[in-house]
Amino acid sequence: MPAPAARATNPAPERTSTPSASPEARDVIFGVEDINVFYGEHKAIRNVTLDLRFNDITALIGPSGCGKSTFIRCLNRMNDLIPSARVEGKIVYHGEDLYASDIDPVQVRKRIGMVFQKPNPFPKSIYDNIAFGPRVMGMKGDMDEIVENALKRGALWDEVKDRLKTNAFGMSGGQQQRLCIARALATEPDVLLMDEPCSALDPISTGRIEDLMVELKQDYSIVIVTHNMQQAARVSDMTAFFTVELHDEGRSRTGAVVEYGVTDKIFTNPDDKRTEDYVTGKFG
Amino acid sequence: MTGAQIAARAAKHVVIPKASGKDRAFAAFFQALMYGAIGLSMLALATLLYDVARDGAPRISWDFLTSFPSRIIPANSGIQSAIYGTLWLMVICAVIVVPLGIATAIYLEEYADRTKWWNRLVEVNIQNLAAVPSVVYGILGLAFIVRGPVSLGRTLLAGGITLSLLVLPVVIIVAREAIRAVPPSIREGSLALGATQWQTIWKQVLPGSIAGIATGVILALSRAIGETAPLLVIGAAVNPRFNPDGLGSAFTALPIQIFAWTQDPNREFVELAAAAILVMMVVLLLMNSVAIFLRNRYEQKW
Repeated sequence: MPAPAARATNPAPERTSTPSASPEARDVIFGVEDINVFYGEHKAIRNVTLDLRFNDITALIGPSGCGKSTFIRCLNRMNDLIPSARVEGKIVYHGEDLYASDIDPVQVRKRIGMVFQKPNPFPKSIYDNIAFGPRVMGMKGDMDEIVENALKRGALWDEVKDRLKTNAFGMSGGQQQRLCIARALATEPDVLLMDEPCSALDPISTGRIEDLMVELKQDYSIVIVTHNMQQAARVSDMTAFFTVELHDEGRSRTGAVVEYGVTDKIFTNPDDKRTEDYVTGKFG
Repeated sequence: MTGAQIAARAAKHVVIPKASGKDRAFAAFFQALMYGAIGLSMLALATLLYDVARDGAPRISWDFLTSFPSRIIPANSGIQSAIYGTLWLMVICAVIVVPLGIATAIYLEEYADRTKWWNRLVEVNIQNLAAVPSVVYGILGLAFIVRGPVSLGRTLLAGGITLSLLVLPVVIIVAREAIRAVPPSIREGSLALGATQWQTIWKQVLPGSIAGIATGVILALSRAIGETAPLLVIGAAVNPRFNPDGLGSAFTALPIQIFAWTQDPNREFVELAAAAILVMMVVLLLMNSVAIFLRNRYEQKW
């Protein structure tokens, strides 16, 4: 895959320093400080504090209902779309609090792309799927070139270059998901959030998307929610393990982070017994 | 288990119980009942069609379509003014109902917060209005639009507005269903790309639901042009020998012309009514066919 040349047009946020070899010393892209999310009266996640780093793949793992998806949706303010949702706490992105009152969530989402669990192509041509984001952003430049670059970065160009005008619904599930990734990349974000991007895909498509993620982390910071622990171990640099806490005799469930650290350590030598039980398959 | 063991076991236990005669008889009875129900309604329709076609078909001619109605000579009488009136009404109705109906549906589906009581009140009222008898809309039109605050008189515009009020709830309900059929994942995908809510509605939700909306609008318009009662109440003209020439013109419409002729003691006028019914049925069938075509051809499968 060619190096993404079009990235140069992105008014990329200034990096305060170049990423260094030591993982701990790298720059923070998301400083999450004591986030609590409520759906109405129900507390969905509590006291999440993490620093997510530049050009890393950060995996969020944990059992169902532990708030991984809720958390990742805080990072691009998708939770705003749920009328009853309320987010307390601070998420600092490039020095700015994403939840400050003068921040427009639309602008946030332009910088922080997202790929969903189920591929959700628009019922339009492959070309128009990719071009939608750049068009609504009013991006300047040759649209054909933007589309081609995005599809190349999404490792899809060779498969679809002869049928750009055909409907995206005719693609396979794996192709559709890569299209959704390419679509998110077309707007030149600097973070890519992926909410279980491979859960609806077969192993071969999953492998392709994992390869793609590893390539993309040269240019993007990636946060991925996954139920597949091998996947987390294979692709991620950092891993956060979430768990569910039960209250009121199981009637109420709240997610919380148990442990966050370098992936190797989480999977081979975790500090917390609950993490160990989960990654070794004793629970969850 | 060896083959012999399996065979022995199968002999002891019934693996799959056979259907009982009682069950079969019951199923056959219900099937017959349903065919009977279909047959009965088809028979009623066929009788009606036959009756109308027998009286009306010989009366249909180019002259019938292009002449004005006559009070005296059935042979010179036709439905030109009624056809024009119906077309005018349809256009007025479409112009009013399409923007209002779609805008209301978008508000209720995409913007309204359903936890607020006034939004629920609007919803319930629209459901109720869809069930109000058409003659009540006629009375409303007479009191508020023909006379009263709006005072447009017995004009085309008054008729068009009255019919629009009548079908607006239907259009809103159908448009809401079409909009709701667009999966939330499409909205999320669009918003996640940094589109605003309005861009998402305009470029994703509406294109994805437009076939359903168009189908609903056509069906609503075909209901509007078939309505007799509200137009009678607001005072459509009977047997006008002129075409409407603008929104302020007096008018008639096909159902009114049909109604007027069926009231005539002269048997020949009643036959003209049958002929006009045939014309109107063809128009309605055409409109409904277009609606079905649009739905089958363009409706988005998710």
